[in-house]
Amino acid sequence: MSLEVNITKKLPGFELKVDFKVDNDILGFLGASGSGKSMTLRCIAGIVTPDSGRIVLNGHVLFDSTSKINVPIRKRKVGFLFQNYALFPNMTVEQNIGFGLIKSMSKVEKDHRIKKKIIDLQLAGMEKRYPYQLSGGQQQRVALARALVVDPEILLLDEPFSALDEHLRNSMIVRLMEDLKEFKGTSIFVTHNMEEAYQLCNNIIIIAGGSIDAMGHKDAIFNNPPTLYSAKLTGCKNISKARKAAPNIIEAVDWGCRITFKCEIEGDITYIGIRAHYLEISEEYEAINTFNCWVVFTSEALFRIKVYLKFSEPIGDEKKYHIMWDISKEEWDLVKQNPLPLKIRINPEKVIQIK
Amino acid sequence: MSEYSPLWISIKTSITATVIVFFIGIYVAWFMASYKGRARGLLDGILTLPMVLPPTVVGFILLLIIGKNYPIGKLLSGFGINLIFTWFATVIAATVVAFPLMYRTCVGAFSQIDVNVINAARTLGVSEWKIFWKVAVPLAWPGIAAGTVLAFARALGEFGATIMIAGSIPGETQTIPIAIYFAVVAGETGNAIKWVILIFIISLTVMIVSDKWSQKQMFLVSSARRK
Repeated sequence: MSLEVNITKKLPGFELKVDFKVDNDILGFLGASGSGKSMTLRCIAGIVTPDSGRIVLNGHVLFDSTSKINVPIRKRKVGFLFQNYALFPNMTVEQNIGFGLIKSMSKVEKDHRIKKKIIDLQLAGMEKRYPYQLSGGQQQRVALARALVVDPEILLLDEPFSALDEHLRNSMIVRLMEDLKEFKGTSIFVTHNMEEAYQLCNNIIIIAGGSIDAMGHKDAIFNNPPTLYSAKLTGCKNISKARKAAPNIIEAVDWGCRITFKCEIEGDITYIGIRAHYLEISEEYEAINTFNCWVVFTSEALFRIKVYLKFSEPIGDEKKYHIMWDISKEEWDLVKQNPLPLKIRINPEKVIQIK
Repeated sequence: MSEYSPLWISIKTSITATVIVFFIGIYVAWFMASYKGRARGLLDGILTLPMVLPPTVVGFILLLIIGKNYPIGKLLSGFGINLIFTWFATVIAATVVAFPLMYRTCVGAFSQIDVNVINAARTLGVSEWKIFWKVAVPLAWPGIAAGTVLAFARALGEFGATIMIAGSIPGETQTIPIAIYFAVVAGETGNAIKWVILIFIISLTVMIVSDKWSQKQMFLVSSARRK
């Protein structure tokens, strides 16, 4: 059960150029909108034809530009879950699910399969309803049932949660994980939401401007993003240009401070970053990696607060800041009792080093 | 020949032309709705032309194509087939002038369909034939029905091209519009009024019936689009 993709396609504004391999896994495609992630899925499904390259699914060549192979969509055995679910509005739930079942199958067998999927995806009682009579979550499950009933070899999910309300999203993600357990093949999940990608996938590919920016296990990608773009995309808010000042010291140029590491740093460093919730308040004065910070302004969310800090005293009404600190409101109520400047420690173990 | 022969000829001609236009129109429209090739503008223009040209010009061109003295007409008469000044010529004239109305309306209706729905059907392994009849046509139904009614109305009212290639042979090619013209020319105003009223009745009936017919489909399609 494997998928190999190595394709290029010229698109207005950029060139799509991706090369990856996936084995029996849930692979996440993370990228901003317009980065080419959905386009890659469309190429795999055959909806869009790449300019050149090769796509091989479980040993079957689906596309090969050199030997002029381009298997039509309907013969690719690819399950595709569209962003808007794309249900047939003129058919009931059971007609939608049964639409892809082949003619030669007996009626009993067909009914049995449809029934099984209806039970698996908890759609019992909705067999006779039309898509417009269903909620967004139910529509998604019908679309999934419809894709899975024909036994696809791969399942492609194109931003399946973006059309759902925020409060529904989390329970739908948990549910989709359950539903996907039944499915034995490879799945590719496209999203621009890092939380979704982390929850659902094992391996992640970060795609930017049509090419692969980073790929690897999700923990590696999220804890140690290898590129500037992947650091930003995985939600690292504090990034500074950096250079090595000594074998174990990195100078953060934008912030004007030096961070001392326990051991020597290999290779060159171009940027460093620290996630907003990893900053710490330090009680000791003059401790290592602790810096004086002034609060420039704060921005309150529902349960947390974003504190914008500067490493030097702000002049007048200045709104420029160096780093952002994300802490709970309770914590902030304690911290703000301290006199300015605050003593902020940057834990070198949490620092993201970008080569 | 009965007194009412123009009525039967008109109905027979319009229904036959509408059936032909229905099938050819939706297929060509389905093809053109997704065709992105270089010749798109030209093809679209040619297919719409009979609607824009004066009917007499259409009739003249048809005469050049199927007339006995021209290549295709000669070829056909070699097989013993003569189309000019026969009932078939009324059907040909009505079909050609009614086609663009069906074609245009259907292209519009098909391009309204969410392409993802069609692609979803393709990923399920369903044949293009089944997708066309079970997904595309039902989803475009309000447009197709409207196009069919327009095509029927146009076929029923056809005069210019018909008179050029089918003439006015009572009991054979004389349709209601032609009968009206000759009645007026001959000063038989009463006769002309009789045919005018008849054509009113037919047109209105067709409109009302087809409207009822497409309402259920309209409801399904629009409710799906509303969200």
